[in-house]
Order: sequence, then structure tokens, then C-alpha cells
Amino acid sequence: MREIEYSEVVDAVKNMIITTATNLPEDTYDALKEAMEKEKSPVSKEVIRQLLENADIAKNEKRPLCQDTGLAVFFVKVGEDVKIKGGLLKDAINEGTAKGYEEAYLRASTCEPFSRANLKDTLGYNLPAIIHFDIVEGDKIDIEYAAKGGGSENVSRAKVFPPAAGKEGVIEFVKEVISDAGGNPCPPITVGVGIGGTFEKACISSKHALFRDLGTVNEDPEMAELEKIMLDEINKLGIGAMGMGGTKTALAVHIESNPCHIASLPVSVNVQCHSSRHTHITI
Amino acid sequence: MATYNLTTPLTEEDTRKLKAGDVVNLSGVIYTARDAAHKRLVDLIEAGEELPFDLEGSVIYFVGPTPPKPGDPIGSAGPTTSYRMDSYSPTMLKHGSKGMIGKGKRSQEVKDACVEYGGIYFGATGGAGALLGKKIKSAEVIAYPELGPEAVRRIEVEDFPVTVINDTYGNDLYQMGREQYEVKD
Repeated sequence: MREIEYSEVVDAVKNMIITTATNLPEDTYDALKEAMEKEKSPVSKEVIRQLLENADIAKNEKRPLCQDTGLAVFFVKVGEDVKIKGGLLKDAINEGTAKGYEEAYLRASTCEPFSRANLKDTLGYNLPAIIHFDIVEGDKIDIEYAAKGGGSENVSRAKVFPPAAGKEGVIEFVKEVISDAGGNPCPPITVGVGIGGTFEKACISSKHALFRDLGTVNEDPEMAELEKIMLDEINKLGIGAMGMGGTKTALAVHIESNPCHIASLPVSVNVQCHSSRHTHITI
Repeated sequence: MATYNLTTPLTEEDTRKLKAGDVVNLSGVIYTARDAAHKRLVDLIEAGEELPFDLEGSVIYFVGPTPPKPGDPIGSAGPTTSYRMDSYSPTMLKHGSKGMIGKGKRSQEVKDACVEYGGIYFGATGGAGALLGKKIKSAEVIAYPELGPEAVRRIEVEDFPVTVINDTYGNDLYQMGREQYEVKD
């Protein structure tokens, strides 16, 4: 059994939070650059130019890319042969999150659902983090992190279709969600689509799909083809950068699919803004 | 599409010349307010009480910035999604405010109020928080400090880049832009 110090996890998570808030990942930066070159609308082109300039300023001056520094979302794979020494893994991730948000002057955006009271003063900075655990083989801990903003989360939607809806029904639903969203989720966006599973499995899959690096292709050729079709359909909507009209509404569509019940076809669409702040470490 | 340099407070002469799609570099004092602050401001207007700042010619920025680092006036400060302020904005415009800065589409009531009272809805680039934060030269909380990032701030901006989304003639850049680039099968 391998032992990892509690404090090592806290520090690793803290560093992920701090770095991700100010450094746009290379895959996202490259995808935006390509979008700027291909965008036909001069207005949208200028918006994307500002986004790249923003990324340069954020990196060089260590300023948050966006004032919405998000809720901290983690997907954690814990090896069966690893033990945290001196505390619980969940606590270490939460402590690292709080320290990262505080030390880097990030915004505390977590609040009570109805009173809207900010939870910074009771639980700590931007807690609790949203953590999805999985148990896997081995003696390592694999942590994927993303700072998830509210604007793009607000337009996300899930629906359980009857099986007869098929691929066409799913494509139409994705188009409808993005069309209704317009400029609100800060396009050019990445679209995570969870297909199959149960209601909640589809939702979690659509979230996890957003953690995949831009520019990568789905391992399943059928899904890779569906991603292409959806991206094409979305970009025909004409929404453009920040909704100002253009040909590059989405940078990518990422699908995660699962086997499902014979009676249902669950679909979830989770949207990520252009500031796709995500990172990945293995301890 | 024209480019203008304007200084606040805005007059009706300023706003009536602007058209959807125009780019404006805005300088001067503007005020920040989001959901919770708007509710309080509109409650004060309806109760006939005095506001924490003069609405006449004012520009309201929908933003909840990150905390400033030591020595900086403000942290990152890009726009938040505007529709959440739709139920409050017509009242603000009716009582003299001339501009709003945010992102995302507005309701028909807000667009109508822009036409009637000579107001402009400007869009700033969402997610460009580092870039836009640098255009803010000073910031001071003038009301509701307990709201944290949602408190009302008086901020001074210099060449703050915005685009006219809804003008005083009923035009909407989001609709116009989308119609131009939509591909119909």
C-alpha cells in the first residue's frame, strides 16, 4: 500500500487552482487562434483577438482570465493501493481549493441556493468543491480539474428521450439548446454531450466530456462522426463569438456515451465557455 | 460601423447617434451593479428615496469582479450575463440612466425602454476579465459592501472597449449578426 501525505494533495490541488485561473491551457489557446483565422465575421474576429490578448495579459501579469473563477469541479480516480496519510482525500481537495482561491485572489462564487448567502465565511473560500470519485487499479491518484463558470452552466440542459428519437432527435436537441443559448454562454464554446446511461449518468458524462483536450478525436468512430455532424450544425446557427454573429460558434463537440435502459435515451448537454480552464495531474 | 470615444455621463445627444454594431471606447465614471444590487436600487426608486449615486446620464456595468491584488484598484472584471437584470433595467432607464454594459440578449421590454428613454445596451467581451480589468483606473465601493463581489462600485475607466448591441432605434446586433451568418439548409 502506497502512502501519500495529506499535505502533498493539498499543495498539488492548490497549485492546480492557481495556475488554471491565469493560464489558458494550450489546447484552448490554439483552438481560439485557429477559430480567429477561420472566422468570417470581422466583429467576431475582433472578439477572439481580444480573448487571445486577454490570455496573454492573464498569463504575464498573473491576473485571472475571467472574473468568474468558477466553482471548482474535480474528477478523481483513486488507485485501490493508495492511502492518504494524515487525513481524508476529500478534505485535502477541499482544503487545497480554499487555499488556492484565497491565495490567488480568486472570486468566491459559492452561495446558498435561496438566501444567496456567500459561503466563504462559513465553509471557507469557494467550498464545497464539486468532486466526482472513481476507484481504479493501481497506487496513484489521478486528478482532473476545471474551473466551471456560471454563464455557460446556466444554459445547459438534460432530457430523457424515448429510444425512437434516435440520432436525429439527439442532434436536434443539441442544436436547440445552443440556439436558445445564443451569446449567453460566451461563445466560441465547447459542447459536452452525455448520451445514454441514466439521467444522472448522462449529466456527469456531459460534464466530463468537457475535460477532454480540444483537438482530440473520440475513440469510437461512430461518436467521432456524430461530433463532427453536431459541430457543423452548431456552426451553421450563425451565433458567432459572444453572440455577435459569425461562423465559429463552437470550437468542438465532445461526446461521452454509455449503455442505457431499453426504454430510454438520456441526453445531457453541458456547455463550456471559451475560457476552458482545465488541467490534469497524477500523484 | 463607426467608432466613437465617449465620456460619461452620457447625454441623449451621445446615445441617439449610436447604432447597433458601433464600437465605443468609454471613459469616465461608471457604476457596477448585479442582481442583488439592482433589486435594492429599484426598491429605493419605487419608495422615492435617494440613490447612492446620481442616475442621470449614468452607465451601469453588470460585473462582479475578483478581489484586487495588493496595489491594484480591482481584479479581473468582465461582464456578467445581462438577462438577469431585465426586470430592473427599464426602471433604471426611465429614471435617467443612459447605458448598460453586459453580455447576452435582453428582453423586448429592455429594448423598448432603450428606444423610449434614449438608452444604450453595450456588450463587452465576456471572459476578457484581465484585459477589461486593466482599463479600470480606480474603484471604490459606495454601497452595499455586505454583497461582496455584488456591491455597488464607483469605477473610473479609460478607453473601455464596448460594442453597441441595442441602440435607441430598436436595432439588435445579436439578431442582425446571426441573420447575416446563419446557414439555412
